[in-house]
Amino acid sequence: METNKDIFEEKPKSSLAKVLEILSTMASKPSGFIGLAILIFHVVLAVTSPWFAPYDYKSINSSLMLQPPSLEFWFGTDSLGRDVFTRTILGGRTALTVTFFGSIIALLWGGLLGIFCGLVGGRIDDIVMRIVDAFLSIPWILAMLLIVSLLGTSIEVLIPALGFFYGKGIVRVARAATHDVIAKDFIVSAKARGHSNLSIIWNEILPNVRDAILVEGAMRWSWMLLGFSSLSFLGFGVSPPTPDWGLMISNARGLMSFAWWAVISPIVGLSTLIIGINLTADAFAKALGIDRSTKAPV
Amino acid sequence: MFFLIFKRFVLGLITLFIVSLITFVGVEILPGDACTSYLEREAFGVALEACIKRLGLDVPAYERYLSWAYNVIQGDFGYSLSGQMQINEVLGPRIKNSMVLASAAIIIGIPLALILGIITALWRDKLPDIIISTITIFSMTIPEFISSTLLILIVAIWLEWLPGIVIVPSDVTFLELLPNIILPVIAIAMIMTAHMARMVRSSVIQVMATDYIQMAILKGVPYWRMVFKHVLPNALLPAINVVALTIAWLLGGVVVTEVVFNYPGLGRLVIESISNRDLPVVQALGIILASIYVSINFIADLLTLMLNPRLKTLQTRK
Repeated sequence: METNKDIFEEKPKSSLAKVLEILSTMASKPSGFIGLAILIFHVVLAVTSPWFAPYDYKSINSSLMLQPPSLEFWFGTDSLGRDVFTRTILGGRTALTVTFFGSIIALLWGGLLGIFCGLVGGRIDDIVMRIVDAFLSIPWILAMLLIVSLLGTSIEVLIPALGFFYGKGIVRVARAATHDVIAKDFIVSAKARGHSNLSIIWNEILPNVRDAILVEGAMRWSWMLLGFSSLSFLGFGVSPPTPDWGLMISNARGLMSFAWWAVISPIVGLSTLIIGINLTADAFAKALGIDRSTKAPV
Repeated sequence: MFFLIFKRFVLGLITLFIVSLITFVGVEILPGDACTSYLEREAFGVALEACIKRLGLDVPAYERYLSWAYNVIQGDFGYSLSGQMQINEVLGPRIKNSMVLASAAIIIGIPLALILGIITALWRDKLPDIIISTITIFSMTIPEFISSTLLILIVAIWLEWLPGIVIVPSDVTFLELLPNIILPVIAIAMIMTAHMARMVRSSVIQVMATDYIQMAILKGVPYWRMVFKHVLPNALLPAINVVALTIAWLLGGVVVTEVVFNYPGLGRLVIESISNRDLPVVQALGIILASIYVSINFIADLLTLMLNPRLKTLQTRK
């Protein structure tokens, strides 16, 4: 009886305190600390960079083409005479915005559909999972390229398209997590009390599968960033002259035998951001006690 | 067990059927049909009518789907729009080239991943593990086009050891192709090895913590004998499925790598056909890539079933 008393006397923590606790657990390991630091650095940079960018990102100056790094142009200039430093610090803004909102869309539809399928089971579940499997077996790049080439490369197309294609993997994770809790007593008793499916999802299942879905969403964020920058690199992402790392790498690649600086700066920017998000997502999973080590990158 | 294999097979076929529906309906509901998006500004008058006739766009969609599906089952994907060639002729050499690339990467990648995974697991949290794990995390997370670009910059431009891009027609012999594919193979194998090595590592660590391994240690079984006879067989089985998924996932990444190296494989065909708005080729590629994915998964299921006697009874009971 002693233990029961303890449970009742423990004050429920506020959600802010919980978030702070998870953050401090994440930062307690070196990899998590580095990841969080990189991620925060990039987010701050993306938000503030328009105020301290030294030059105009789209001003073309043919007399300053392919200048090597100097005091005037810290990272040199590109083939159109544009300042590489300016374009590099501005280059993460579109990628971060698109993938952040894309991940939220992916989390919402993937998570809810997965929970729903796990809960109702039966024929609906079978049919939905067949369709999800079919979408999983089409390479994302083929589908994304087709959509983007036919509908255009605006942000309004990219965000929902990325959100849709990266959400189908979350359906599976959410469904599996729901299967884990569905047989527990509190779900059975909620059903016996006559609660509707919607109320069971919201009050009983969601709090129990939330961690698994959030971790999956964090991981998807880094994959989506990878996918988005691949699209930009292939010329199917943001359109010039918007500064974007994938696009900058693809433009500067042809000239890199004598102007390596124009390709190295965006490479460093994009690599650090993806590694930062990855390390953070890993630390997040560990802080919530979820083992992702045996999962394939699907 | 045969029932189980049969069931997996049928599920794979159903998945492919849905894929064919998705690619067909997807192309259908997106704005602009194959002819208007291919011809763009010239999409009027005689040219448009001829194109519509040739593709049979004047018959209802379901009839077109049925005849298309009927031909695909017989291995005929119809004609491409841009080259006026049969799609099969376009696909043949591309598939061969991509297979060369993929198999070279797999032949290098799987043994390397096994060795690295086992080393990192046995020396867990010690110096070899920390070094190798850091490298694998880096090569896993960095996008393919960045690692490929860096490889070209360092190996081809600065060191001048190997050709940076592949400039060969799509129907060269294997020996002519060989020096050209070294860098792309390294680029693909790097990512694949990293993913698989991580999987092998965590799998070996899990098995090392089980009771029967503790028992073997207590019984005084020699260390390496224990590793090879007791740990590895149990640790590698669950990795098969994950390895299959990783290979299948790389199909998307190979597109980017092939573009960077200008390699005439399936991946570059994806980009070319989409840039040309050659929708019949896009449809064919969708089906082919999906079939590869489904068959890799099916083979992995078969292998797991055949190698693990416990699963035979376990899953049929379910």
